[in-house]
Amino acid sequence: MHNREMMARAAWGTVAWLVALVMFFPIYWMLITSFKTEGAAIATPPTFLPVHPTLENYAAVQARSNYVLFAWNSIVVAFGSTGLGLVVAVPAAWAMAFIPSKRTRGTLLWMLSTKMLPPVGVLVPIYLLFRDWGLLDTRIGLVMVVMLMNLPIVIWMLYTYFKEIPRDILESARMEGAGLWQELLYILLPISLGGIASTVLLTIILAWNESFWSLNLTASDAAPLTAFIASYSSPEGLFWAKLSAASTLAIAPILILGWFSQKQLVRGLTFGAVK
Amino acid sequence: MGNITLSGVRKSFADLEIIKGVDLEIAEREFVVFVGPSGSGKSTLLRLVAGLESVSDGGIEIDGRDVTDVRPSRRGLAMVFQSYALYPHMSVRNNMAFGLKMAKTPKDEIERKVNEAAHTLQLEPYLERKPRALSGGQRQRVAIGRAIVRDPTAFLFDEPLSNLDAALRVQMRLEIARLRQHLDATMVYVTHDQVEAMTLADKIVVLRDGAVEQVGSPLTLYHHPVNKFVAGFIGSPTMNFLDATVRSADASGVQVELGADNALHIPVEASATGRDQSVIVGVRPEHLLLGGEGADARIAAQVQVVEHLGGVTYVYVRIADGTMMTVEAPGDTDVKVDERVEIGLVGAACHVFDRSEQSFRHLTHNPLTGA
Repeated sequence: MHNREMMARAAWGTVAWLVALVMFFPIYWMLITSFKTEGAAIATPPTFLPVHPTLENYAAVQARSNYVLFAWNSIVVAFGSTGLGLVVAVPAAWAMAFIPSKRTRGTLLWMLSTKMLPPVGVLVPIYLLFRDWGLLDTRIGLVMVVMLMNLPIVIWMLYTYFKEIPRDILESARMEGAGLWQELLYILLPISLGGIASTVLLTIILAWNESFWSLNLTASDAAPLTAFIASYSSPEGLFWAKLSAASTLAIAPILILGWFSQKQLVRGLTFGAVK
Repeated sequence: MGNITLSGVRKSFADLEIIKGVDLEIAEREFVVFVGPSGSGKSTLLRLVAGLESVSDGGIEIDGRDVTDVRPSRRGLAMVFQSYALYPHMSVRNNMAFGLKMAKTPKDEIERKVNEAAHTLQLEPYLERKPRALSGGQRQRVAIGRAIVRDPTAFLFDEPLSNLDAALRVQMRLEIARLRQHLDATMVYVTHDQVEAMTLADKIVVLRDGAVEQVGSPLTLYHHPVNKFVAGFIGSPTMNFLDATVRSADASGVQVELGADNALHIPVEASATGRDQSVIVGVRPEHLLLGGEGADARIAAQVQVVEHLGGVTYVYVRIADGTMMTVEAPGDTDVKVDERVEIGLVGAACHVFDRSEQSFRHLTHNPLTGA
């Protein structure tokens, strides 16, 4: 019995490691390619370790485009859209969780259904609106559109967390003289801090990786890192090593953020599933 | 301070009417208990007073001020919830100070009041703890402390003891009774437990299906229930009911027939009663005599279950027509299951209800002593 348990654990461990390796491999490949010369990058058979590691790709990428500007745009879009999203989503989720109406369920499902719509379906109208309002290639425009794209998810997540809070606690605060904002600020937000943190992390990641709208609505001034990567698949052909270097630079910040907050992230994403 | 008036209060959720027109006067410093079975609307009525629900019709006044449309935060009331509803992210000290902070009370005054309440409730060692590190009884005391520090016009309690175990419940009940003398504030208390109602209340409000059945002092409700529902709800174990027929009625009461040739005279107001009218006789377990010695009438019965509680014995018997009855007997009563016994009734201790379950008024203030 004891032996069989050990075997099962070992088997599951192996499977987990294999899955992790498969998932990590592309990132590893990108990382080592970025340190190869262009020639070595397309050599067959490929080498699994850089033979002559070089930083020339990074130098080339930095020389050709202004990484800092792209990175700054990504930061503004990721944090801006998340912050703005919270301002809209917290009151919305609060209302739906604590003063539901007959249509609350329907509203929630309708919001989620908008995520089933392929974004390209609304590209033309949004593009035209952006053109007419002078929002093309502006950070504020991109922030708005990314915020709206993530809003259903943010509201859903917050709604789930708020639902877990006993109503009595909020009513108690109300009885004790707390107004609406005090109730939100001193009671609701601190209690659901863990959930809000998970939501924030997830939306930052989603916004950081968003490429459809960035590529279509920005050109240079407001282009984030996703556009920066895409610019390396150029008409003159693919430069694998430089593309890898650009990609590494683009995902490094979010990878580091994810690494440090993985505990929070896992807890947030499995919230409600395991109670 | 602390005078609450409800006039024609109604509350509906969607198409369902939960509170069906309640008029109630709560005097200052009165301890009023709303009691009733689940679904009777007692908690909803309390939440209407608190302002956590808005009335569909009617009005609520506190100290002469119309608060019908006033937010809960502006009514000056404090509420203790069944779930305690402590703020999980705050220490006991901050839980108690929250209301005062909201009222922008000076820091040193908050400090003084919180310490005072903590002293009264023996919470001093726990002030820096979070609620999750406290036992149920301690959490309950924090919830009460949180209400006390604010010096409210009235305290509202929503089944505050029902989450506690039996021993602790009795202890907290005593503490609330003690606190009440110490505080001199109006208290409105909701419970489904008639023992809590009887022991704590100055005035009990019995609710059924969103309507007030009777309002009165605990002993008034015990001796003079207006109908069969109140009679059955107040008192423990619950009252026994027997079918009977009126034989004659005069100024001194009614003569009823319980089964064949078993007449009993009950001193109730019976001027409107006709001969052969079918009625219900109610008698509490504690007023039945096992063995029938010294009784005005006797009924033959067979013992079904015997519960020895030590001080008292509850004997559950079945009579000829199949009705089950509960008899309270002394602790050392020695009866066996299946034994045939006689149950004695005393006319003065019996209640009479007509077929619409309304009570016939007793002729004496305390039917037991005849005074």
